[in-house]
Amino acid sequence: MTPAARTDTRERRDRTMRIVLPIVVFALILGAWALVVRWFAIPPYVLPAPGNIAQTLITDWSLLWQSLLVTLVTTFEGFLLAAAGGVGLAVVFNQVRLMEYSFYPYAVILQVTPIVAIAPLLLIYLPQQVAVLVCAWIVAFFPVLANTTLGLNSVDRNLADLFSLYGATRGQVLWNLKLPSALPYMLGGLRIAGGLSLIGAVVAEIAAGSAGAGSGLAYRIAESGYRLNIPRMFAALLLLSVAGVAIFYLLALVNHLALRRWHESALQDER
Amino acid sequence: MQPATASRSDPLVALHGVGKTFANSTVALAGLDLTVREGEFLSLLGPSGCGKSTALRIIAGLTEPSAGSVDWQSNAARDDEGRLGFVFQEPTLMPWANVFNNVLLPLKLKHAPAAAAAERVNAALERVGLQKFATAYPRELSGGMRMRVSIARALVTEPALLLMDEPFAALDEITRFKLNNDLLEVWQALRTTVVFVTHSVFESVYLSSRTVVMAARPGRVFTELAIDAPYPRDQKFRTSADYAAFTRRASDALAQAMAAGGEP
Repeated sequence: MTPAARTDTRERRDRTMRIVLPIVVFALILGAWALVVRWFAIPPYVLPAPGNIAQTLITDWSLLWQSLLVTLVTTFEGFLLAAAGGVGLAVVFNQVRLMEYSFYPYAVILQVTPIVAIAPLLLIYLPQQVAVLVCAWIVAFFPVLANTTLGLNSVDRNLADLFSLYGATRGQVLWNLKLPSALPYMLGGLRIAGGLSLIGAVVAEIAAGSAGAGSGLAYRIAESGYRLNIPRMFAALLLLSVAGVAIFYLLALVNHLALRRWHESALQDER
Repeated sequence: MQPATASRSDPLVALHGVGKTFANSTVALAGLDLTVREGEFLSLLGPSGCGKSTALRIIAGLTEPSAGSVDWQSNAARDDEGRLGFVFQEPTLMPWANVFNNVLLPLKLKHAPAAAAAERVNAALERVGLQKFATAYPRELSGGMRMRVSIARALVTEPALLLMDEPFAALDEITRFKLNNDLLEVWQALRTTVVFVTHSVFESVYLSSRTVVMAARPGRVFTELAIDAPYPRDQKFRTSADYAAFTRRASDALAQAMAAGGEP
């Protein structure tokens, strides 16, 4: 076997392990969980067995599915607004320095104040649906703004010289140079924003849920908690996790498709 | 084969007493007088820190001189930015755009009609031997090929003056020799004027019709040499006694310039 072929086999084994090992760990944990529940005869309102959760997922599917959709729609809307707001603000800040000086500190304040503390306040002043959306937006827009700003400022100086040599207008520089340069950073920000907008939506729903209204997945969790319907809590939690993972990989895919032809981060190792 | 001397003697651009002091009070240039004549291949040769790149940037209008003036003495004025081509030390390509769109950039910024622009891009790519790579992305090309793309981009506007800032310094010797030859071929075909910054005596002598040797601290013209060997030049010239004699003279001039510039 040549060294190259040996490396090849090792790489293939590596890839298989990457998929197989997490599944094995998952199965082991579920097995241990089920055993512990049975062994100590733990009642389902304290800790339901995995099978019980799966069953709840099936029996309550229509209810949970409706709630999942509500949460996902909020997340998606919050994400879109965050993307538009983050990129838009970054461009405005980049083009008009005085705007950056005036408003950037407030963007930071909005970011560092814990959303859990802001959510109840928003619920007082805004209709619930809007408040939830604003929460999702507040947590998600900052990484887009910060990363896009960084990207717009990371333009190759020689390329910038070249543009000025050919008499490019501000608009041409922005569209043909700054925005493409910023794209990898922007997509990095969006990947973070995807997860965060889900968190923002959930936090706001929980805050709203305690006020007794709403129908999102987080509200289901809060409601099930009051009713001691622990299996449904777990089922809803599982759906939230799956939604989060799906959002993450979806955005990673978008990132890959947009950058694969040219950016270092998306390069296949060709050596 | 040497083009008629009459058309070569008209000055294209002249620097008069140009000085440049940077904000940190480094004096990059002081009292620089330099005339670039139409059609010549002029190289600026000097140790690092002699301000040769700064001089090039001042000609390009990328840096404002703090003293003196830059006078364009023919109708090919700098105001029409398309009349100027610039090749940086790095290829300086847009990584997100393929070869065709990289070369198209100067025309696109000028809103050139698409069909005519495409034709000129293809012609420029053919000139540097990259017509088969129009759809490749910069990262898929070797260092030498990227530099060819950069040269094609500078040529696509058919500039009256081509400014090159140590474009081949980062390339291996074999690639550099090849690109030297190709550059001379392009220069002869287009009759464009070239100002070529280099710190290589050999490259400077091989390429140029005139070598200006610069000294540092402050950057200024030390002396100049006419390299009046006939074009086209090829491998035979590289190994000729003439070439050796020119490089010896240029090396001596450079050594004196460095002595005059003092130790850093």
